[in-house]
Amino acid sequence: MSVLTNLLYIAASVFFIYGLKMLGRADTARRGNLVSAIGMLLAVVATLLVGGLNLVWVAVGVLVGAAIGAVAAYRVKMTAMPEMVALFNGSGGLASLLVGWAEYHRALLTPTFTAVAIFFAVLIGGVAFTGSLVAFGKLSERLPGRPILFPNQHLYNAALGALALAFGAMFALAPDTVGGYLAFALALLAALVLGVTLVIPIGGADMPIVISLLNAYSGIAASAAGFVLQNNVLIVAGSLVGASGLILTSIMCKAMNRSLTNVLFGGFGAAQGASAAGGAQGEVRAITADDAYFLLEAASNVLIVPGYGMAVAQAQHAVKELADLLEENGAEVRYAIHPVAGRMPGHMNVLLAEANVPYEQLVEPDDVNPTMDAVDVAIVIGANDVVNPAARENPGSPLYGMPIIDVDRARTVFVLKRSLASGFSGVENPLFFKENARMLFGDAKGTVSQLVAAFKEALRDAA
Amino acid sequence: MNPPPDTHTLLLLLFIFVLALFLGRELITKVPSQLHTPLMSGSNAISGITIVGAILAAGSEGAFSTALGVVALVAATINVVGGYLVTDRMLGMFKKGGR
Repeated sequence: MSVLTNLLYIAASVFFIYGLKMLGRADTARRGNLVSAIGMLLAVVATLLVGGLNLVWVAVGVLVGAAIGAVAAYRVKMTAMPEMVALFNGSGGLASLLVGWAEYHRALLTPTFTAVAIFFAVLIGGVAFTGSLVAFGKLSERLPGRPILFPNQHLYNAALGALALAFGAMFALAPDTVGGYLAFALALLAALVLGVTLVIPIGGADMPIVISLLNAYSGIAASAAGFVLQNNVLIVAGSLVGASGLILTSIMCKAMNRSLTNVLFGGFGAAQGASAAGGAQGEVRAITADDAYFLLEAASNVLIVPGYGMAVAQAQHAVKELADLLEENGAEVRYAIHPVAGRMPGHMNVLLAEANVPYEQLVEPDDVNPTMDAVDVAIVIGANDVVNPAARENPGSPLYGMPIIDVDRARTVFVLKRSLASGFSGVENPLFFKENARMLFGDAKGTVSQLVAAFKEALRDAA
Repeated sequence: MNPPPDTHTLLLLLFIFVLALFLGRELITKVPSQLHTPLMSGSNAISGITIVGAILAAGSEGAFSTALGVVALVAATINVVGGYLVTDRMLGMFKKGGR
């Protein structure tokens, strides 16, 4: 590595650090992303300055990758953002794995330390790769979102992990032998399988945590690749991502009042449906959009609680239209955003931003709960677990202790849902049976549009 | 390309690794929740830094290593380009919808 290349790597690291810092504040976030991208460009240019590279193959790889990445980024709908980020993350993990493999194949006789670093790049990169693919499958509903469990799952996973480590050790001790290469290949295979078996038992409700954790993994994998190549910029950037991903993971865990171990090994909601059903009995009151309109028309304080159902129905624009009509009618409208609503940390914020909802109207559970008694109508749009009063009332519920949005304390609650089915956590929701709850069955977008139409009709009649 | 690392180099690399972990932690504490998604997607793009390793592998000697490197480069570039663009798209909406 030349001195110039290394100096540019230092500059790139500074750009990454500033970029990440700026991404953490609303007013500088977009510039922060740009600063970080410039850092990446610097790192790439610095690497191209290393002499003796076959630039044809480099150009091919960059052009193909850039084309795919750009098209994917522009085409993806905001509602599909979580699975897109999962895919991008997986491709980063795959890249680290392949870099480790390529470096090993080229040199074969590698010092033990380098071999260990190669092993970790392959192991963590492999888990991030297939784990992200499974997360993608679950989020895009190509795979079932519920936890997939089999007996002694944790034992198998532990055994698989131990096997990967054993193959890794065999490889690191004799990397230049046929046996060593075979052990390497088996370790690689074990890592790929491990990514799948670690993520399939995790349910859709826990996806924000998993996505965030896999993100941290791909950073650590890049860092490991940096140890392989003895490259500072890889180590710095990779560990920045690794550390920030882990922090975000712990924030998500706190928002659900659960430990990381519980998320990873809980198989949350797979079997608890029956046990939690005891408290959730009674009569459900379904109403029509027209009846709902009369209650909304009289309301002066409305709280909207969006969840994954709003994302699936792509109802965010209709919701914003309804909110505008409510405000015209003199009501105060706020949106209560639970940190883990949706399938990705902050998922709801992205969707509401797409629909031009003013940031000032978004409130967090801690701020809205004390004012819940003043709320005339709370409209729950496809959110389940984050409004489940069992989290407060039923010590036997798997959700117990999770901070929720207390919509059951509002004067009236509209629950917009396609059916009475439980949420992605698989836990029944006693909210539906409460006296002040009204069920509005149907696709969220259709139901909200009916409400909007009812308002418009009334306005026309009045004019 | 790389001579076998001596203990001194290894210790320096580990030193950098540990410092960067702490730095990353300091940078991200107390991020408002509405920025969680762009922050994750933006830091995800940074993890595409492995593109540097992929360039070195794709441009090096040996057919099989080069092939692995080119695939790595495609994957890393998808992560980098897609990640930055999608983050920018999201943050662009935030500005429009915000203030």
